[in-house]
Amino acid sequence: MLRIVIAEDAVLLRAGLVELLERVGHRVPAAVGDAAALIRAVDAERPDVVVTDVRMPPGHRDEGLRAALELRGRHPGLPVLVLSQYVATAYATRLLGEGSADRGGLGYLLKDRVLEVTDFTDALERVAAGRTVIDPEVVRILLARHTAADPLRRLTPREREVLGLMAEGWNNQAVAQRLGVTEASVVKHAGNIFMKLDLDPEEGNRRVLAVLAYHNRANEEVN
Amino acid sequence: MGVAVWAAMRRPGRFLVSWWPWRAWALLVSGAGQGVLVLAGLAVGLAVGVGLSVFGVGVLVLGWTALIGIPVGAVERGRLRLVEPERLPDPHHGAARGLRGRLRERASWRELGYALAQSTVFAAVGLLFAAALAFCLLLVSAPLFILAVSPDTVMLWPGRPVSGPLDGLPASAAGLLGLVVLAYSGGLLAGAQVRLAQQLLGPRDTDLGVRVIELTRSRARLADAFEAERRRIERDLHDGAQQQLVALGMTLGLAELELAELVRRGHDTPATALVARARGEARLALEQLRTLVRGIHPQVLTDHGLPAAVAELAARHPVPVLVELELPHRLPEQVESAAYFTITEALTNAAKHADADEITVRGGHRAGALRLSVTDNGRGGADPRAGAGLQGLADRLAVLDGRLTVTSPPGGPTRLDLEVPC
Repeated sequence: MLRIVIAEDAVLLRAGLVELLERVGHRVPAAVGDAAALIRAVDAERPDVVVTDVRMPPGHRDEGLRAALELRGRHPGLPVLVLSQYVATAYATRLLGEGSADRGGLGYLLKDRVLEVTDFTDALERVAAGRTVIDPEVVRILLARHTAADPLRRLTPREREVLGLMAEGWNNQAVAQRLGVTEASVVKHAGNIFMKLDLDPEEGNRRVLAVLAYHNRANEEVN
Repeated sequence: MGVAVWAAMRRPGRFLVSWWPWRAWALLVSGAGQGVLVLAGLAVGLAVGVGLSVFGVGVLVLGWTALIGIPVGAVERGRLRLVEPERLPDPHHGAARGLRGRLRERASWRELGYALAQSTVFAAVGLLFAAALAFCLLLVSAPLFILAVSPDTVMLWPGRPVSGPLDGLPASAAGLLGLVVLAYSGGLLAGAQVRLAQQLLGPRDTDLGVRVIELTRSRARLADAFEAERRRIERDLHDGAQQQLVALGMTLGLAELELAELVRRGHDTPATALVARARGEARLALEQLRTLVRGIHPQVLTDHGLPAAVAELAARHPVPVLVELELPHRLPEQVESAAYFTITEALTNAAKHADADEITVRGGHRAGALRLSVTDNGRGGADPRAGAGLQGLADRLAVLDGRLTVTSPPGGPTRLDLEVPC
């Protein structure tokens, strides 16, 4: 059972989210409609995890995302799952870039994922447990970037698959299960990935963030 | 601006036997009549206006009287074509109708000045000219005149009766000489009137400037309105239909959970499959809607600017796209969105028609302008006029004083250059 604070300005969707989460056994002490109310609610309720929309009143731009980053600053380690209408990798990389300074789970999912109730609640629980969950669609686009200087180009198709699943927040065992291989071979693939991307394998759970941050940096150099 | 009748006078011999003197005379004589009418109009308007000025309506009459130059100018621009082949353009601004608008225009006051000059100086000159012309014609026709009235005695000069038509010949010679003098002086005077009209009745550069600014503004207003409408549609779809579809899908997901619970307890029902299908359909609709909304106006462009939005575009493009785009700061919204949609169109064309396998988007902000190029290694031969999309974008850029150039020789490469000052 998790205590979850929800911020979503569409009334119908907010009510639906509350119903869905309570239906699967969680508790929602506060469900609010804008960023300021979200910050107040989190300060008051100290939830286990926050679920927030990106675009919210009053500006209808990225208030939710900014509130999430502010909350991470105020409550180190607070797990946050951002729900977005947009695939926009710019939002995801910003959340992961600025939000990953401290520990605690982070997630960036498309709103469509809510339709797969169990996938969504699984992802939420992984975030609450401190893992990083990035929407498969966003990962697909990040991995598909065709920049000449992109280090991700050096990965084999299988390594890309492994990296994609790691980005969705699965551990080695789950990745092995999904790909139908042994856990040892997943570990080997992960080692190759980190080597090809010049990353420290000791980063543990933060490795996907590191990959994305690295990707982001490489991208900035090109831009 | 030259004066045609003066130019013709540089060859005096030919001038004399050409149509020019006749045309000049026609202008001067008809101008006399018109001038008298205008003077009468002015006098009546002024009298009535001053007379009624105790009532408010007098001011109105005076106002309209001050505008007498406008119809005079319109008639004059037509009448001047007797001697001037090139018609003067109308100096008035089409949109500034009504008394107040016209009174505010300088052109109206210049025309009033012309009307005053015409109704006084040119009318007087015209009348004198008509009289002189009539007198000379009379002298020329002296022999015929004498013939006609004989056997009565005629005195061309007081106290010196003439005996026959032949005695009238010296008078004819004097008349002809007078006509020659009138031909040249008529040419000079007509030319002077043309010159004055060119100064007062035609548009000045400042009038044109005002008009161009007005046009540019109205085009910019249209473009703004168009952009605002795009955003409104995008917001409505995003806040309305999209959210409701997500909520619908979520409700279906919950229903599926309930059904799964029933199935687990042994109550099998075909509704499970139906609800699953409905949820799949909701997800498809949602995906389509998202593509549509992105095509209308991408939120990432608003929030993160052009490079992020173009990177996004490149990432989901079927052909590899290399992006080298460097901008030191955010650009004006209109410029960003025009550039974004131009790049979108170029990428779409490259994938659809050019058969390219590599596209480069390069650019930055240099020397006070956003300069961008999109190059593909495809087969070329693109006709920018054929694509309504590019044409529309070029129009949109033109509003911002920008330019779009497409070079696409057969065999490639196709290169699209964009330049917008900002």
